[in-house]
Amino acid sequence: MDLLTELTILVLAAFVGFEVISKVPNTLHTPLMSATNAIHGIVLLGGLYLIGPAEGFLNNLLCVIAIAFGTINVVGGFLVTDRMLHMFRRRD
Amino acid sequence: MYTASFFQDPDFIRSLYIVAFAMFIYALHEMNHPRTARRGNMIGAVGMAIAVIATLLIDSVGDYGLIALGVVIGTAVGVPAARSVKMTAMPQMVALFNGVGGGAVALISWADYRESLGHGGNPALDTLIPILFAAIIGSVSFWGSNIAFGKLQEILPGRPIQLPGQQFINGALLLTCIGSAVAIASGTESEGLFILILVAAAVLGNMFVLPIGGADMPVVISLLNAFTGLSAAAAGLALDNVALIVAGMLVGASGSILTMQMAEAMNRSVANIFKGGFGGGGTAPAAGADGEEKPVRSTDAADVAIQLAYAQKVVVAPGYGLAVAQAQHTVRELADALEKRGVEVRYAIHPVAGRMPGHMNVLLAEADVPYDHLKEMDEINPEFPQTDVALVIGANDVTNPAARDVPDSPIYGMPILDVDKAAAVIVLKRSMNTGFAGIDNPLFYAENTSLLFGDAKESVQKVLKALEDL
Repeated sequence: MDLLTELTILVLAAFVGFEVISKVPNTLHTPLMSATNAIHGIVLLGGLYLIGPAEGFLNNLLCVIAIAFGTINVVGGFLVTDRMLHMFRRRD
Repeated sequence: MYTASFFQDPDFIRSLYIVAFAMFIYALHEMNHPRTARRGNMIGAVGMAIAVIATLLIDSVGDYGLIALGVVIGTAVGVPAARSVKMTAMPQMVALFNGVGGGAVALISWADYRESLGHGGNPALDTLIPILFAAIIGSVSFWGSNIAFGKLQEILPGRPIQLPGQQFINGALLLTCIGSAVAIASGTESEGLFILILVAAAVLGNMFVLPIGGADMPVVISLLNAFTGLSAAAAGLALDNVALIVAGMLVGASGSILTMQMAEAMNRSVANIFKGGFGGGGTAPAAGADGEEKPVRSTDAADVAIQLAYAQKVVVAPGYGLAVAQAQHTVRELADALEKRGVEVRYAIHPVAGRMPGHMNVLLAEADVPYDHLKEMDEINPEFPQTDVALVIGANDVTNPAARDVPDSPIYGMPILDVDKAAAVIVLKRSMNTGFAGIDNPLFYAENTSLLFGDAKESVQKVLKALEDL
């Protein structure tokens, strides 16, 4: 994909993000932050891309750490968000 | 022809990425209500699983042993942390998660650059520029988040730490990053220069969070969240991955919105907050402008219990002190006891109460307070004149009427909870120290205010006991 197409997607995503997230109520701001923590864990894909062709110890090490970091975000982020959201309830 | 080849078709894999980012957007859309938010989170998790599986299908992705190693390490760290973290410690947890995300981006950008150098030199500019951007922002975010974590965990002092000429040093570091990035982009092939960028950005990350005090943490955490998202989006541009671009930008947008909302709730510009020096731990004794001690009315638990029991409407205004004392469950018990007596109890939540956006809401939700009893500032402020008792628990600056009434107060213009308009105000406080902003609070000396000194949790327990004995 060429850079301009990607930038188009980037700008559209920014506006979609602003629209969607400005509707999140204050009461859910902490779960929102931990959910977005989980979502940016998607950088682990970068580690997956690079580790195959990676040559040498350092390159492999960098990728393994990046994958571990990304996994912490993804797994930890979605779990802790679920734990929090489970607690939000109405009066029965 | 075997069936696997269809799944390895690049167009199939790209389609899966589209499904994944659509699910992220939908997940965030579902976060617009507590009723649907949990389902939204699960949809996000499924989207993430699809993105990861799609990537593993790619032909060139290999080294599954090492991939498994990384995933196992990440899971072994992430799962226990997510399961055991206390709700009072969520700000630290989010800071740490911001950090590892930024760290992952910085490492990926470095690995990507090394790979290119190993295969004949600098990558094309449309890859190189995003790599350099990702390296700078990712490294700033990693180190800045670690400092924020250290401050919130109280490994580092919460007060602002400032060096002489800090702004000059920060400027020099930023110039080093940008200068080196420009040199690489204009043709220099040097891993040393790339590492210099990472290191200068790391020092910059440290330097820019160190001068920020505890009360400004909601803004800092939000901004670091935005940085991590933007760095991920840049990594997406470098790696030509549309799921990464969209996901990173969504996070960047979310962090930016929260940053602006938090800064607005403090009536300060983001630039002003990062100049620092404000919002440290105040220890100055309460004194008026003339330096003289002013009288305060201190009360005891039995009196508070009577006032509360005979009220019709009580509004609780919680702050960071509630989190420190872990008093949320006890407060809920007190509210239950009052409601049994027919007292209406509501909670007034200031946007920057606590150490991160929504901190108080999560604590009270943990204590089983129904979320429809938590009222936002604009909603509850008109109700204070009809409130019999406002119970301020561990909150200070967000209830300071000087922000509304005293034009030369440093916090003038910051929107506050109008607790002083209630018929009676009871403030639970550890001591007469000023709040994090180090600014005296006229609320404490008002005619209708009485103070109950002590640890918030112990005080509430005593009031509860006294209430049961009535």
